This record gives sequence, C-alpha cells and structure tokens, in this order.
Amino acid sequence: MTSTIIIIVVVAILVIALISMYNRLVKLRNQVKNAWSQIDVQLKRRYDLIPNLIETVKGYMKHERETLEAVTRMRAQAMEASGVEEKAMAEGRLSAALGQFKIAVESYPDLKANKNFLALQEELTSTENKISFARQNYNDQVLFFNNKTEMFPSNIIAGMFGFKKEAFFEIQDPQERVVPKVSF
Amino acid sequence: MWELIRKNRLKSMLLLALMAVVLLLLGFVIGAAVDPEAGFAGMFLALVIYFILLIVAFSQGKKIMLRMSNAREIGKADHPQLYNIVEEMRLAAGLPAMPKVYIIDDPAPNAFAAGMNPSKSVVAVTSGLLNMMSRDELQGVVAHEISHIINRDIRYMTLATIMVGTVAIISQMFFRSMLYSGGRMMAGSSGKKKGNPVMAILAIAFAILAPIAVQLLYFSVSRKREYLADASAARLTRYPEGLASALEKIAGSTQDLKVADKSMAPMYIANPLKPKGQRLRNLSSTHPPLDQRIRILRGMGKSTSYAGYQQAYQSVTKSGKGIIPPSALKG
Repeated sequence: MTSTIIIIVVVAILVIALISMYNRLVKLRNQVKNAWSQIDVQLKRRYDLIPNLIETVKGYMKHERETLEAVTRMRAQAMEASGVEEKAMAEGRLSAALGQFKIAVESYPDLKANKNFLALQEELTSTENKISFARQNYNDQVLFFNNKTEMFPSNIIAGMFGFKKEAFFEIQDPQERVVPKVSF
Repeated sequence: MWELIRKNRLKSMLLLALMAVVLLLLGFVIGAAVDPEAGFAGMFLALVIYFILLIVAFSQGKKIMLRMSNAREIGKADHPQLYNIVEEMRLAAGLPAMPKVYIIDDPAPNAFAAGMNPSKSVVAVTSGLLNMMSRDELQGVVAHEISHIINRDIRYMTLATIMVGTVAIISQMFFRSMLYSGGRMMAGSSGKKKGNPVMAILAIAFAILAPIAVQLLYFSVSRKREYLADASAARLTRYPEGLASALEKIAGSTQDLKVADKSMAPMYIANPLKPKGQRLRNLSSTHPPLDQRIRILRGMGKSTSYAGYQQAYQSVTKSGKGIIPPSALKG
C-alpha cells in the first residue's frame, strides 16, 4: 500500500516537472517571437521614414543623387528580404547607405535650418536606436531560449517536442557593429 | 538580468523581514510598557498601521507621487525626443508596455520612476533636466529610471519606505502620549495595573533607536540600488558616458527641487534634497555620492556589461566586495 503511494507521488512529481519545463520553453519561445516583432515594427517604421526624408532633402542635395538613389535601392531590397539572416544582411546594407547619407548631409548647412528636416532627423535617429536596442533585447531572449534548449534536463523536452534553436540577429556590415551614435 | 532581479528579491525580502522584526519589537515593548499584558496588542496595532499605509500606497502611491510633484502627462507630439528616448529604453529593457511619460515644471534637473508593476509604469523628468541635457545624457537618465522599474526597485523601496514611516509614527505616538500624560502611564499611578518600569525604560530606548535603525538599513539598501540602476543603465544604453556626464551636470546644479519630499527621495535619479551637513552624508543618504557614481561609470571603458561595472566599482571604491552578485555577472 505505502509503496504504491510512493510510486504515485514520484510519478506525479515527475509529470509536474515535465509540464513546467515544457511551459517554460513555450514561454521563452514566445518571448523570442515577441522580441522579433518589436524589431520588425521599427524596421517598418524606418522604411516609412525614408521616402519622406528623401523628398525633404531632394531640393537641397542636388549633387548627391547617387547617395540618395543608393538609400532608396537598399530600402527596397531590405523590404523584400525574409528570414532572420537575410534580413540582417539587407538591413546592414541599408544602414551603411544611410550612414553615407548622414555624412553627405553635413555639407548642407541650409538643411539644418529646415524644421521639417530636423523633425525627420530626430525620428530617423530614434528609429535606428530603437532597432539596435530591440535587437539587443532580441539577442538576449534568443540566448536564454537557446541555453534552455541545449542544457540538461530541459534539452530532453526540447528534443521531444521539436523546440529548435533560434538565430541571432547580427548585423553583417562590420561598420554597423559599433552602436550608432548619431549626431548630425 | 533575471538573475540580478532574483538576487535583488532575496535581499529585499531579508531587509523587509529585518525591518518588520524591529517594527514588531517596538510595538511589543511599547505595549508592554503601558500594560504588562498589552505586548501582543501593541504588536498587532503596529501591523495594522503598517497594512493601512501599505494599502494606501499600493492603490494610490503613483497618483500621490505625481500629484505631489505637479507632474503633467505628455504624448509624443508634446516632446518627441523625450518620448522617443523613453520608447528606446523600453525596447532595450524589454518592458511589456510603454511607460507613461510625465514632465515636472521645475528648473532643478531630476527625474523619477513610479509604478509597482512593470506593465504600468511611469517615467517623469523635470523641465530643467530637458533644458540642460544632450540626447545621450537624457538617454542615460531615462535608462537609469527604467532600470529602477525592471529591477523592481520601486516595489521594494515602497514597502521599505512605509516600514520606516510606520516606525516613525509609532515612536511619535509613544512620545506624544508620554508628554500629555506627564509620564503617568509609566508610573502606572492612574491605572489599575502597574506598568512595568523596566519595560518603560526599554520602550523609551526603543522609541529612540528603532527609527534610526530602520532608516540606516533603508539607506544602505537604497544606495546599493542606485549603483545597480547605474550598472543596468550602462548595460541598456551600452554608453556609460551618457549617464556619467548627465550626473556631472546634475552635481553642478545648485538648485533644490521645489516639489521634493523626503519619502520620495529614493525614486529620484539624484538626491533631490541636498544634504546640509557633510559629516553624516555617507550613512544617512539615499544616494551614493555623485562623484563616486560618475567615476565608476567613467572607469568602465569599453566594457558595458555588469562585469565591467563590477570591476570599475571595485577599483573606484577600493573594496574587494563587489556591488553585483557573482551569479548575475554572466548576463
């Protein structure tokens, strides 16, 4: 009699442990997904800002056609990219093109008196910061999740229910590895 | 980050338990001084006062704090840069919801965070701070405030503040009643039962010492949490110089915050009430000295992780003991 009770208790504890490990994995995976969607929102915001920005500066920056076209082209490519790694690569190139653009802006003092441009500039700076901060958070969440899927004992559950490691969002362009400290 | 929050929780529980012991002892001793059988009644009364204050703080705390400081809520259109910066730090910290943003019209540069729950938080800055700081500096300040929210500092500091308040109230009540009764209660001449004279002396000693003891406990934790919020801010922004130079500007400002109140001090980025005397400054301050905080942040160099802060802290304070628990250093 006592031995059956002991067996039942042990089995119950095991089942509860398994369920809680499974739930923890699901929770972490959802956090990764949520963190990714935060990046996505900011990337879209940057796509939306760029046409406005180009429109505003076009009149001033007549000699920078190539730079402006590069930004527009990279934007289009980034919008079409899908999957974490491809997206990261395209976004890296877009950031590099925008970096060129920011350097070019330096030689147009008239622009700095334009209220509309200043407001757009704050939005662009902030959106780029948001992208990199959201990326920081996403990578943290991926690290937690990946650790859980690899470490014992939760790796058993992860294997059983097909929890796969998630990819880090790493910017490919080497220039982008430094946190952008933008001040026009 | 989560490891740090967990460790913090443990330490805070210990602190609150210690304070609770002091509070209960105070209640007991005073009760027993009035009537030998009233010790437990005194303890009970102390708890009742604590819980009443607690309920008020949890249901109204944020509102009281915002009203006391004349803060007004802003939207993105009112101050795009401030709003953007708060949103940036929310993303970096992974806060579940955007905090409400408030501006306090006051020339003294300062900021505070409020809200017991990370999904219903508030960040408030003074107009003086906005006028004085560059974008990077403002970001450092906001990161420090958001760190108070994610490290759950507000919740524990509120619990502790109320504990300090309750001890103070009870001690005051005791001394006042002694004054009005002209010490009769001690001598026990008017009551049917005689008060215990040993208990009476103990009660006087306790009523003097307990408020000091809980305040010292409270101050030490508050200072530690400031360091931790600085460390978290450096980690969130990856740019400790922003906060360092903001603190430098705050240290250079001579203005006292008009709306400041003692009970709200630990929520601010820098002590809103400049200490008048220097001697007891280190023991009786809610915040570590600004110059020390600045030197630690500047000593971090390129390493913006918790480990980097730990190293800088140790070399600036010349203490072998770190400020961050070792198990949290990996994050």
